[in-house]
Amino acid sequence: MLDKNGIAKRIAQEVQDGFYVNLGIGIPTLVANYVRNDIEVEFQSENGVLGMGPFPFDGEEDADIINAGKQTITTMPGASFFDSSMSFSMIRGKHVDLTILGAMEVAENGDIANWKIPGKMVKGMGGAMDLVASAENIIVAMMHTNKRGESKILKKCSLPLTGVGCVTKVVTNLAVLEVKNNKFHLLERAPGVSVEDIKNATDGTLVVNGEIPEMNI
Amino acid sequence: MINKKVDTIEEALKGVKSGMTLMLGGFGLCGIPENAIAELVKLNVRDVTCISNNAGVDDFGLGLLLQGKQIKKMISSYVGENDEFERQMLSGELEVELTPQGTLAEKCRAAQAGFPAFYTPAGYGTEVAEGKETREFDGKMYVLEPAFKADFAFVKAWKGDAAGNLIFKGTSRNFNPNMCGAATITVAEVEELVPVGALDPNNIHIPGIFVQRIFQGENYEKRIEQRTVRQKS
Repeated sequence: MLDKNGIAKRIAQEVQDGFYVNLGIGIPTLVANYVRNDIEVEFQSENGVLGMGPFPFDGEEDADIINAGKQTITTMPGASFFDSSMSFSMIRGKHVDLTILGAMEVAENGDIANWKIPGKMVKGMGGAMDLVASAENIIVAMMHTNKRGESKILKKCSLPLTGVGCVTKVVTNLAVLEVKNNKFHLLERAPGVSVEDIKNATDGTLVVNGEIPEMNI
Repeated sequence: MINKKVDTIEEALKGVKSGMTLMLGGFGLCGIPENAIAELVKLNVRDVTCISNNAGVDDFGLGLLLQGKQIKKMISSYVGENDEFERQMLSGELEVELTPQGTLAEKCRAAQAGFPAFYTPAGYGTEVAEGKETREFDGKMYVLEPAFKADFAFVKAWKGDAAGNLIFKGTSRNFNPNMCGAATITVAEVEELVPVGALDPNNIHIPGIFVQRIFQGENYEKRIEQRTVRQKS
């Protein structure tokens, strides 16, 4: 079974040379730490920066340079700043190659819910609805089950949706799943996790074809 | 050169009244019009509708207007990090319209650019699209979103001149340029008001035509919400 860093490490393998990538808050932010250093990748943050770098050294932080999580950041050589409308032109216009974000629930038809729990204080969707509605390549980073052990990989989302039919891949603490033809297709198992474990933790339709390899991380 | 410079904050906010719709630039506390917000508190205008990506924190940014119960309605994409906001929202004192961030930006830009509305895929199939017109283009569904209508836009820039030309710094740019010219009156506050001619026309982010009033801001706090650093190894 993977921890959050393990999930990020596995997702980092999906990042290819030449990709512009938008990382959501939480596990997705960790992905930047594990991307191979022999490829060229630029990270986009929807508040208006392309070419995001690591956090600044203590004392070098600049209040005018933050990421979408409102954390102080630095920029890489070749970076650019732009306004919010242009930022979402990059996203809506499908210029960003890969979107990685967290979720509370994912359904077998590709629906995703990650912004609202009825009865709880709603903080807002931020840029998530724009991201999922437009991106062609969306990877969801999440835990396979909630704290009560109930599956978050579902036939149908129970929470208010963020987007419909948009998720293409899910990487959880247990497995890598591809979302295709209204089913979850099991691609890989996390180290030490059996196909049976994954079946038991999955509520949605799970397709298991042949021998399922263990993740190589 | 058409002079947009005003010498006092009172002059800059002249005409702002209770019940108006105001746009305020900024992402979190980054690039917010600190001087205009302070003056709105002082003027004690009530029942205003604020269009702003976020709602500040309890003791800074739009949180200051919330403390005085000056805001009737917030139109934002994300409103965490603010206890007073939560209290007023849950008690029903404050109306909140959550809008996807890209849609929020484009509703500003549409108002600036003279588009009455636009289609966006964001929010289709979710509660955001409820009651809105939808339409299919090339096999994909879109939601019709109207442009904003606002009385005042308050923006903050890094540098500006009396002609109203603006240059922004880093990610403090965010919604500020999209709100310029998107309201009846755009008021820009700048960290540094430079002499006309000092800014290179090649490097202007917002031409002065979109700005009605500009003033030299003061005492910028520029608070950091999430100071995140790494250690030198």
